[in-house]
Amino acid sequence: MKLQRMNRRAIALGALAASSALVLTACGSDDNGDSSGSSSSASASTQAGSIKCNDAKGQLLADGSSAQKNAIDAWVAQFSKACGVQINYKASGSGAGVTSFNQGQLAFAGSDSALKPEEVTASKKVCTGGQGIDLPMVGGPIAVAYNLSGVDNLVLDAPTLAKIFDSKITKWNDAAIKKLNPDAKLPDLKIQAFHRSDESGTTDNFTKYLIAATPDNWKYEGGKAWQAKGGQAAAQSAGVAAGVKQTNGAIGYMELSYVADGMKAVSIDTGASAPVAPSSDSATKAIADAKVIGTGKDLSLQLNYTTKADGAYPITLVTYEIACDKGNKADTLPATKAFLTYIASEDGQGLLNGLKYAPMPADIIAKVRTTIDGLS
Amino acid sequence: MSNATIADKRPGALHGARLPKWSPWAIAAGSLLVAVGIGAGAGLDSKVQWGLIAALLFLFATYGIAAYVEGRRQAKDRIATGLVWVAFLVALVPLVSLVWTTISRGVKVLDVYFLTHSMGVVPDSQPGGGIYHAIIGSLEQVGLATIIAAPVGILTAVYLVEYGRGKLARAVTFFVDVMTGIPSIVAGLFILSLMLIFDMEPFGFAGSMALAILMMPVVVRSTEEMLKLVPNELREASLALGVPKWRTILKVVLPTSIGGITTGVMLAVARIAGETAPVLLLVFGNRFINNNPFEGAQQSLPLYIYQQYAQSAGANAAYDRAWAASLTLIAFVMILNLVARGIARWKAPKSGR
Amino acid sequence: MDITTQNTEDTPPPAPQPTEAEQKRNARGATRPGDRIFLGLSRGSGIFLLVIMAAIAVFLTYRASLAISKDHGNFLTTFEWNTNIQPPTFGIAVLAYGTIISSIIAMVLAVPIAVAIALFLTHYAPRQLRGPIAYVIDLLAAVPSIVYGLWGALILVPHLTGLFGWLNDYFSWTGVLSWDEGPPRSMLTVGILLAIMILPIITNVSREVFRQVPQMHEEAALALGATRWEVIRMAVLPFGRSGVISASMLGLGRALGETMAVATVLSPDFLIHASLLNGGGGTFAQNIASKFSEADEFGRDALIASGLVLFVITLLVNGAARLIIARRAEYSGANA
Repeated sequence: MKLQRMNRRAIALGALAASSALVLTACGSDDNGDSSGSSSSASASTQAGSIKCNDAKGQLLADGSSAQKNAIDAWVAQFSKACGVQINYKASGSGAGVTSFNQGQLAFAGSDSALKPEEVTASKKVCTGGQGIDLPMVGGPIAVAYNLSGVDNLVLDAPTLAKIFDSKITKWNDAAIKKLNPDAKLPDLKIQAFHRSDESGTTDNFTKYLIAATPDNWKYEGGKAWQAKGGQAAAQSAGVAAGVKQTNGAIGYMELSYVADGMKAVSIDTGASAPVAPSSDSATKAIADAKVIGTGKDLSLQLNYTTKADGAYPITLVTYEIACDKGNKADTLPATKAFLTYIASEDGQGLLNGLKYAPMPADIIAKVRTTIDGLS
Repeated sequence: MSNATIADKRPGALHGARLPKWSPWAIAAGSLLVAVGIGAGAGLDSKVQWGLIAALLFLFATYGIAAYVEGRRQAKDRIATGLVWVAFLVALVPLVSLVWTTISRGVKVLDVYFLTHSMGVVPDSQPGGGIYHAIIGSLEQVGLATIIAAPVGILTAVYLVEYGRGKLARAVTFFVDVMTGIPSIVAGLFILSLMLIFDMEPFGFAGSMALAILMMPVVVRSTEEMLKLVPNELREASLALGVPKWRTILKVVLPTSIGGITTGVMLAVARIAGETAPVLLLVFGNRFINNNPFEGAQQSLPLYIYQQYAQSAGANAAYDRAWAASLTLIAFVMILNLVARGIARWKAPKSGR
Repeated sequence: MDITTQNTEDTPPPAPQPTEAEQKRNARGATRPGDRIFLGLSRGSGIFLLVIMAAIAVFLTYRASLAISKDHGNFLTTFEWNTNIQPPTFGIAVLAYGTIISSIIAMVLAVPIAVAIALFLTHYAPRQLRGPIAYVIDLLAAVPSIVYGLWGALILVPHLTGLFGWLNDYFSWTGVLSWDEGPPRSMLTVGILLAIMILPIITNVSREVFRQVPQMHEEAALALGATRWEVIRMAVLPFGRSGVISASMLGLGRALGETMAVATVLSPDFLIHASLLNGGGGTFAQNIASKFSEADEFGRDALIASGLVLFVITLLVNGAARLIIARRAEYSGANA
C-alpha cells in the first residue's frame, strides 16, 4: 500500500530493530554455567539428585512478596538445574502477587500475610472446585538497623522502639535508651527513623509486633501502609537501607539481608534472660511459638509477637506460598507441585540459613509437606 | 524602543573603548580568589556560599568595570554573557555527574559475557548473569511499538497539517496535547484492564501497545512541526503541475521533511525505551531469554534496572548490574540518536536555511 | 501570493492557506481515488487517536467512580490514603499540592537556565562546541527516568546537605526554607531533580526555536548597532516566546507525571508541610508507584482515581498553554 511507501523509513527502522533482535537471538544464552553458584552451592550437586521433577516442564510464572526473593532465587537455581523448568518469580509485592493470582495469571503467589476472606472468595473463581491456600514456607527476621557512629551494640525494647518510630523519643541520648544501654556512649543527636513509603508486608509485620508487644505506645491500626506521622520514608527496603546508610543517627526496619556495611542490627530486649539479636536461628525459635489458625488445608499462622522464650527474636515475618488446593491449572500443576515439594523438603529449607532467612519449624513444615502432596 | 539607546552618547568614534579579550577570564579568576579569601577569612564552611559569592562578585565586577570603560549598554551585554555562561556551567555540574556516575559504575561488570547471557538461574544477590534477555525484550517491545506508533503518528500529523480544518482537527490537536501528559502507569493500567477482559497472560506485545500509546503523541507533535516547516511554494509548485494532492504529500512534502520526522521518531523511541512503569505491569519480567514477544513473559532493560535496584536485598553485585544496564540503555539511546542525526543530515533538504 | 511568502519567512505556516481557488482544487482532488484513500487513512489515524483517548478516559472514569463512591473521607480534601482499612479513607489534597509545588519548583529552576543554555548554544558558545554540546543535551533528554532516580538517591541527596544547611541559616525566617536537619529528601529535592530532568528537554526545543529566528531580524538589529544582548532581547526572545512556552509545557508534562525518580528521592507522608526543606508530602505518580504493588482491586481503583485527577490537571495545564500561545502568537515573530 501507499502507506508502506511513505513510512518506508520508519518501517525500515522498525524492521532493522526487529531483525537485529533476531540476529542477536543467535548469540545469547541462558546458560550461566558454574557462575550460578550461590553461597550455598556447596551441596548443589548432591541436592540436584534428590529433587523429584515429576514430568515438570515449561515455565512457571509467580509473583508476590519481595521479602522471600533471595530464597526463591536460590531455590530456582537448584530446581531449574535439576528439572529444566524455568520459574519466573517477580517480586513485585504481596498485594500484586495475590491480585494477579486471583486474576488467574500465576501458577503460585508469595505473600507476607495470609489471604483475607474476600481474597479467598475471589480465588474460588480461579481454582475450579477449590480455593487458594496459604503454605508457610519462609521465615525471616525483620531487623531494626541503625547507623550511629561510636555505638556498636544497641539494645532496645518494644516500648522504646514504638516511641522512637512514633517520634516520641527524638534524641539518641534519651533516658529510655540510656537505661537499656548503660555502657554505650549515646550522642546528643536527633534520631532519624526511617519507614517504608510504599505499602509492604514488612511494615505490616513490624507494626503488628509493636501493637502486640506494646499497645499503649503504638495506638495505630497497623496494616501494610505506615500509619504513624513523622519520621523519614523511603521506597522499598533498598531505599530504607540506603537512607540509613547515608544518615548518621538513622534507624530503620528491613529484612535482615539488607543489613550491610555501615549499619548494625538492634538487639531486642524481650524480657528473656538476654537481649536477642536477629538471626536465622532466633527467628525460627520465635516461629516455633506460632499457632496454625488456617482451616481446612490452609496453614496460615498466628505469630506470637510477645514471646519471651530465650533466644527467640520476636519481630519475624512469615512468607506464604499461595496455590489452589484443588483446580490448579493442568499445564502448570506438575511443575508447581514439584517446586513446592522441593522447597518444603529438608534440602530446600536447609538453604535458608545461609541466606539470612529462617527455615520453618519441623512440625509446621511437616504439615506443609502433607498438604503439598494433596494438591491437585 | 531602541533608537534612544542606540543613538548613544559616545561622540564620534565608531568603537568606544573596549576591554581586552581576556578580561572576563581575569575578572572570573579575580572574583574567585576574592571569594575564597572572604570565605576562608570569615570562616564560612559552606562551599555553596563560596561559589555564590564568587558568582556575585564576578557579575558586579564585570558590570562595574565594563560600565566604566565601555558604557552601560556594553556592560549589560557583558552581564548577559556572564549569566548565560554561569547558567551553562551550573547546569553542567549535575549532568556531567550523572553521566560520570553511570559510566564509572557501569563499566565494572559490562563485558561481552554480560551482554550475551541472561540472568538465568543466578540469584540477584550473587555476581554473574547478564542482560541479554532484557536487551532482546526491549528491542522487540520498542520495535513493535514503533511499528504501530510511527505510521499512525505520522499520518495523523499529515492529516492535521495538510488536510485538517474544522472540529475534528481541533479535537485531535487538543487531545494529542493531552495525550502527551498521560502518566505512563495509567497507559499501562489501561492495557492491563483490556488484557484482563480478554483473559490474557502477560506478554511482550502488551507492553508494546502501552508504549505505542505513549509514543504516538510525541511523534504527532514533532512531525507536525516538521511538516509546517516545508515551504508552501513547494506544495504549490507541485499542485500547479497537476500532481494530485496525495502524491504531492508523498513525493514532495514528506521527502522534504523526512530528516526531521526521523529525528522526531527516534527521540520518541528513545523516550519510551526508558519507560519502567507500564512494562512492569504488562510484560511481567523474566529471568530467561524469551524471543517471542507475542507469547510469554519478557524482560526489558528499564524493568531490569528497577528490579536489580529495588529487589535485590541491597547486594552490591545487583547494584553493579543495575548501573551496567543503565549504561547499556543510555548507549542504546545514544546510538539511536546518532543514527537519527545521520539520517537527518543525509536527508535534509539542500535548500533549507 | 505575498501572504504565503510572508508566512514562510516569519512564522511556520500553520497549513496551506485555504484560498478559494485552493479549496476548489482540494474538492476536485478529493474525488480522485488516491486522494480519497490517503485522506481516509490520515483522517482515520486521527480518529484512531481520538478513540484511544476516549477509551482511556472512559476506562479511568469508570474505575475511579467505583473507588470514589466508597471513599469514607472526602476525595478532594482528606489528608490520608488508606484503602486497605474498613471503611477506606483516602484523599488527594496532599498529592495535588505536592505535584503542583514540585513542578513549580522545577519550572522556576529549569526554564531560565534552559533558555540561557539554549541561547548559549545558539548565540554564545564557540562554534566548534555547539554541535557536541547540543548532542550531549539531546542525549540527556533521553536518559531514562529510572537512571535519574538511581543517581538522585545515591549521589544528589547526600550532596544537598550543604545547600539545605545554607538555606536554613539564611532563609529560615521565611518559614518556607527552614530545615529540621533531616536527610535532604524533600519537595525541594524533588524539584531540583525534576529540574535537572526536564532541563535537557526545554533546552532542546528552545534551541530549535531560537535557531529559526529569521537571520534578517538579527542582522537588522546588529546593523542598528545593537549589542548581542540587545539583539537577543529585541529579536530572538520575542520571536521564540511561544516556542519556549510550548517547550516548557513539554517539560512540565514530564515533571507532573514523573514516577520513579520522585519515588526514589522523596521521603513522603500525607501531610502538607510549610517548609520545602523538610521531608514529606507526595505526588500523584509517586503515590501510585508506592501503593500499587500492595494494592488490591479496590486500592488500584482508588489509585486510578488519583491518576484521573493528574490527567485532568495535565489537561488544564495544556489547555492554558494553548491559550497563552494562541494569544502570544499575534504579537510574536511577525510583528517584533
